[in-house]
Amino acid sequence: MFDVDNINEIWQTIARNKTRSLLTAFGVFWGIFILVILLACGNGFDNGIRSNVQGFATNSTFLIPTYTTEAYKGYQKGRNWDFNMSDLEAIKQKIKGIEMISPISSVYTYNGENNVFYGIKGGNFGMKGVLPNYNDIDRGKIIYGRFINETDIAEARKVCVIGKKVYEDVIGADKNPLGLMIKANGIYYQVVGVIDPYNSNVNVGGSMNETVVLPLTTMQIAYHTGNKFDFLVFTTAKGYVTKDLQEEVKNLLRERHDIAPTDEGAFMCFDFEQLFNMFEYLFLGIKILIWIVGIGTLLSGVVGVSNIMLVTIKERTREIGVRRALGAKPGLIIRQVMAESLLLTILAGIVGLVIGVAIMSVVAGFVGNTPSEDVMFLDPQIGFGAAIAATIIIVLSGLLSGVLPATRAIQIKAIDAIREE
Amino acid sequence: MIKLENINKTYFGAQPLHVLKGINLNVEEGELVSIMGASGSGKSTLLNIIGILDNYDEGNYYLAGKLVKNLSENQAAEFRNKLIGFIFQSFNLIPFKTALENVALPLFYQGVNRKKRNMMAMEYLERFGLKDWADHYPNELSGGQKQRVSIARALVTSPKLILADEPTGALDSKTSAEVMQILREVNATGITMVIVTHERGIANLTKKIVHLKDGIIESIEENDPDKMDFTKEIK
Repeated sequence: MFDVDNINEIWQTIARNKTRSLLTAFGVFWGIFILVILLACGNGFDNGIRSNVQGFATNSTFLIPTYTTEAYKGYQKGRNWDFNMSDLEAIKQKIKGIEMISPISSVYTYNGENNVFYGIKGGNFGMKGVLPNYNDIDRGKIIYGRFINETDIAEARKVCVIGKKVYEDVIGADKNPLGLMIKANGIYYQVVGVIDPYNSNVNVGGSMNETVVLPLTTMQIAYHTGNKFDFLVFTTAKGYVTKDLQEEVKNLLRERHDIAPTDEGAFMCFDFEQLFNMFEYLFLGIKILIWIVGIGTLLSGVVGVSNIMLVTIKERTREIGVRRALGAKPGLIIRQVMAESLLLTILAGIVGLVIGVAIMSVVAGFVGNTPSEDVMFLDPQIGFGAAIAATIIIVLSGLLSGVLPATRAIQIKAIDAIREE
Repeated sequence: MIKLENINKTYFGAQPLHVLKGINLNVEEGELVSIMGASGSGKSTLLNIIGILDNYDEGNYYLAGKLVKNLSENQAAEFRNKLIGFIFQSFNLIPFKTALENVALPLFYQGVNRKKRNMMAMEYLERFGLKDWADHYPNELSGGQKQRVSIARALVTSPKLILADEPTGALDSKTSAEVMQILREVNATGITMVIVTHERGIANLTKKIVHLKDGIIESIEENDPDKMDFTKEIK
């Protein structure tokens, strides 16, 4: 189909009407160009939002005890209740499908007054008591020392891991913080590590960046909470359904704390999986919208090509008739018309694709591709798959735009050329 | 070469038009035949049927011994390409192709490679004294030159039959004489030729004149063109 002779034939007819071919091709060029730009921008937002939530285990659930909302077993409603360490053990033993479970305690410190000091420098930061596995849920990079370990827990050591901002504000970025004693809410703790969270926008009870992290046991002693703790976070193992797991955990806790089995209000429950799924659906929706708009724009380009080709065919009635009289078979005429619109579309489409990708890579150069917490737009480029898809769409639209003109062309009989009009 | 048996053709429009009402005609190989008739006599329709550009309703048409009836578009295209060369009144050269490309076009449809078909096309252009005009486009050629290009195009496939529809209709008398001379020379090489014309002077240069009137053959006149002095005014 695409030997030199045919290409020549096609090129001659396209080049004969340069302005018209150019304008026609512009429709397709614009369609593909817009599609690429939209897809790239969609990806940019996608990447931006994702970079905001990365570092946080997306299959995690937070449970926080509040007040009972139903009277049960002689207790009035509105009763205050807490998690305790034996709840943790019970959940671990009785419920299957939990990948990881971690208790958290926190101290309310956000009253605006400085509560964390090193020497005379101070700042207002949160405090959390956690187990070593908390770092697997709210992930971060340890930039100094280590995270809380099992020995810290077992011995309830007076140590702490501090967030990067705490380190920079209170100790100063030029000092080695390890071994230094900082004072938090009036008690001295030795710094054993500094953590830089991968993300600080998704969190429960304050960002790790601005938190002094203690071993849970240390906090329980320091604040006289016994074996109680404030939040429970767990992640779902592969093959288990988060919703079901949540119900199992809640039911077990209700049973253990004499809460009515129907009492939903006794917990506050943050389902991050659901939250992230919502993001996924949002992005899916945006993507579908982009494709619809993009394909729509492209389609109007295709209609343009088709339309112009129809006019061209009409004008070329005589020429096509002569060709038929000289022995051109219908198949050849079809191929030629199809190839003409295909060539026009493909050239225009490829140019659109290339220019679109080029522009977006320049934009990407300005925007950058380093994830950070307050970036909403990141690395706006289309992937290889989308580029391939766009190319396939270009070819398909070329074929599509050729169908109608080609059908019209083979309806021209050789006799039409002979008729003197 | 051509054998027409009771050819009937009706155009079905708002008013059915019975154009050909039973044509019987034999043209032997190597003959030079003209078809004459007033406008509306059906001569163009007859030529179209002979040229397999149009089909007929009744009768049989044998071309080079083969029955031409209900052919598919592809078969018809192949017949036209291999057996028939067309010469039109308005030349019908493709305007955006050079003389050489125009002549080479039928060979392109035969699948001859470019080098060979350009060589062959050049040969025919040379034969008609158009070698220097090979790279010119039709609008840069005179009427006579255009018609010679179209004759070259008709001949390049070495057809058995040349069909000419008013080949001199758009030419002045001097050029007409030249073109007719060329056509006669071509006929002398053994190629059958059918010329449709309404000019007596042109018909007088052929050996057999078929008079068509109202869709039937009125008479067939034998003629000796050599008695005619075609250098004289032929109109």
